[in-house]
Amino acid sequence: MSVPLPVFVAIPLVTAFLLPVFAKRGKAVATVLANLATISLLVLAIGSIGQSRVYEVGRWSIPLGINLVLDGLSSLLLLAISVVSSAAMFFSIRYMEQYTARAKYLSLFLLMVAGMNGVVLSGDIFNLFVFLEIASLASYALVGFGCGHEELEASFKYMVLGSIGSIFILFAVALVYGNTGSLNMAYISEAIQSNGLNPGLTFALGLFIVGFGLKAALVPFHAWLPDAHPSAPAPISAMLSGILIKTLGVYALARVVFNIFGISLATGWLLLTFGIVGMLVGAFMAFGQWDLKRLLAYSSISQVGYVMLGIGLGGLIIAKDGNLAWASLAILGGLFHLLNHAVYKSLLFLTSGSIQMSTGTRQLREMGGLAEKLPVTRAACTVASAAIAGIPPFSGFWSKLILVIASVQAGYYWVAAIIVFVSLCTLIMYLKVQRYVFLGELPENLQEITENRGSMLVAMVSLACLCVLMGLLLTPGLRASIFAPAVKVLVDGVSYSANVIGM
Amino acid sequence: MKGMTIIVKTISSWVKVLIFLFGIYIILFGHLTPGGGFAGGVILASSYVLLMLAFGREFAEKTLSVPFASKLDCVGALLFAAVALCGLLYGAAGFFWNFIHQKYLMGTDYEFNLVSAGTIPLSNIAIGLKVGASLFLVILTLSMCCKDFKPGSTENEKE
Amino acid sequence: MLYALCFLLFTIGLYCAVTKKNMVKIVIGIMVMEYAVNLFLIMLGYRMGGVAPIIGRSDLESGLGGFVSKSVDPLPQALVLTAIVISLGSLALMISICVRTYEKYGTFDITQIRRLKG
Repeated sequence: MSVPLPVFVAIPLVTAFLLPVFAKRGKAVATVLANLATISLLVLAIGSIGQSRVYEVGRWSIPLGINLVLDGLSSLLLLAISVVSSAAMFFSIRYMEQYTARAKYLSLFLLMVAGMNGVVLSGDIFNLFVFLEIASLASYALVGFGCGHEELEASFKYMVLGSIGSIFILFAVALVYGNTGSLNMAYISEAIQSNGLNPGLTFALGLFIVGFGLKAALVPFHAWLPDAHPSAPAPISAMLSGILIKTLGVYALARVVFNIFGISLATGWLLLTFGIVGMLVGAFMAFGQWDLKRLLAYSSISQVGYVMLGIGLGGLIIAKDGNLAWASLAILGGLFHLLNHAVYKSLLFLTSGSIQMSTGTRQLREMGGLAEKLPVTRAACTVASAAIAGIPPFSGFWSKLILVIASVQAGYYWVAAIIVFVSLCTLIMYLKVQRYVFLGELPENLQEITENRGSMLVAMVSLACLCVLMGLLLTPGLRASIFAPAVKVLVDGVSYSANVIGM
Repeated sequence: MKGMTIIVKTISSWVKVLIFLFGIYIILFGHLTPGGGFAGGVILASSYVLLMLAFGREFAEKTLSVPFASKLDCVGALLFAAVALCGLLYGAAGFFWNFIHQKYLMGTDYEFNLVSAGTIPLSNIAIGLKVGASLFLVILTLSMCCKDFKPGSTENEKE
Repeated sequence: MLYALCFLLFTIGLYCAVTKKNMVKIVIGIMVMEYAVNLFLIMLGYRMGGVAPIIGRSDLESGLGGFVSKSVDPLPQALVLTAIVISLGSLALMISICVRTYEKYGTFDITQIRRLKG
């Protein structure tokens, strides 16, 4: 089906403004409407896999107007966003009964989804900045939603660092406009290819990397993540860790570096270094954590490092004019890991929310022996931990294997060794989670807890089934329709501009 | 939040009407002179803020209560979305298309009048309504937090 | 030359946001950074001896070529309007979190608001 592209942004936005009308009396109606919005987005995203279109808003043609571009990379990310957001929205039907102001929560959630869809679909760099700000502002408010002591501190820290990142991005957009005279990504790319990089544009590229790195929690800029992700309510942690840092950070960085500026040797090495340092720092810091969600947050930093490593390795091979097959394989590994991590990290955060709702605590030392009391949560958590640690039939194993094969084939044996080492560290940290939460003996104050019913179970079980089945995404039919267009967009690099202008 | 002296109250009850009218002028002429939806909306909100500063917060809350301002806010946003989505009636490529100007009134000599430029004044009015209501809500809510506080007391009002 | 002064303002704001210990001062530092970037964006569109980009009836009748060669660039002005609205929303959110934090902790000093460690 061929829906007009603004529908992806218009549906959550209109629903978000329709909901506060039902503030006090109609909470059930509000929840039903919000769930309908996310499920319809899921259906539309599945319907537009692998297509590529350009939509000109207001019938103004391209250098004068704003366009929305759907290509392979955008459709892959739309799929990830809609899967995780529909699961998290379904989970929050039952989970958010602990908080008040339900309509405001649902509006902010839908605004965040609208912002992310806009970032992914935008073809104009200032439009990308505006949607990035919409999603970021909604997430700052959602992190501090509980208004307790820790939530406010975490939200302030996140907001200060996020605002600094956004201002860097705006400064870089201003520099790019001053040097090239256009705001449309295709035209900027053409201007850079014909005129080359002057010092202003190099400074703008540096500012973009710092700004998007702050949003993606790459390692020197990750200080907000271990405070913000644990303090948010569990479905919001799932959204933040599962898709927000990847859409606002990794997708935008890949789009700017590969399609607009063109990958060069220096940027390739820089992305690879960010990836490796992120993996190592995240894994080591996660060992000493005794708070369940803080451990999961550090593990997110580590896994985003994997994605950056895949993309950076592919870019480095392209910049060195190496074998394009190995570059495509590395980028495929990175993008597949992005999709995998979205599913299983959000499942892990949802299970931790279920554990917190039953036991009332997040500290690993106060839990134990929950295997009999919370069977479904335990099964979902075990599936997700096995997937993230890279145990064979689950999906995490395949993406890590692809990354190892790509780095060995390209001749970077030390990169492959680091990937295997960090996978071992990930396995250790999740064994720690399993042992302290589910095995061991039950403390006395937790004798009477029961399993959570209803929508939380459905959301967790469906994401767990997806974890198991996603290994099948590598079969040639599905791979060609879902992943191959996305990989092609990044490998083609600057011919993005020719594709968009030609459409 | 208490009000001010009788001189301030008298003058501000005359002046706030003028400020409100000026805000409406900036919104309506947004396609001809600088200003438009956002600037006019800020001026509309500032007339209510003047009311709040001069008469006290409770009086301002009685004139424009929080649930009503919240609904006005949503109505403004939905009106803007409706204007944008009306373009979709004219084919799938018509989101945000200025259909009144391009389809119905193109070519007639009506430029530079007040009623011109198609859907732009409608968007301006919607944005002015939304921004005015939002800014007033923000300042009202921020001033509500200035109760006598005790450090460490948790209150029940969620933002 | 003026662009360098704009960049100086940006670094002053960045220094203030990074080193100060009072929450409100950090917020002010971020706002100074935003103003510096908006100023930079408007200065990009300036043309020496240009007129404001508002078309009148006489401009339309005499052809738009003369108008285009004389007016300043209107696109950065639209971008700055959007950026100002965004920074307004962000400022409102930051100030409300500062107010709520003061009610809970009783202080604005960020070295004393450190329950999350490790």
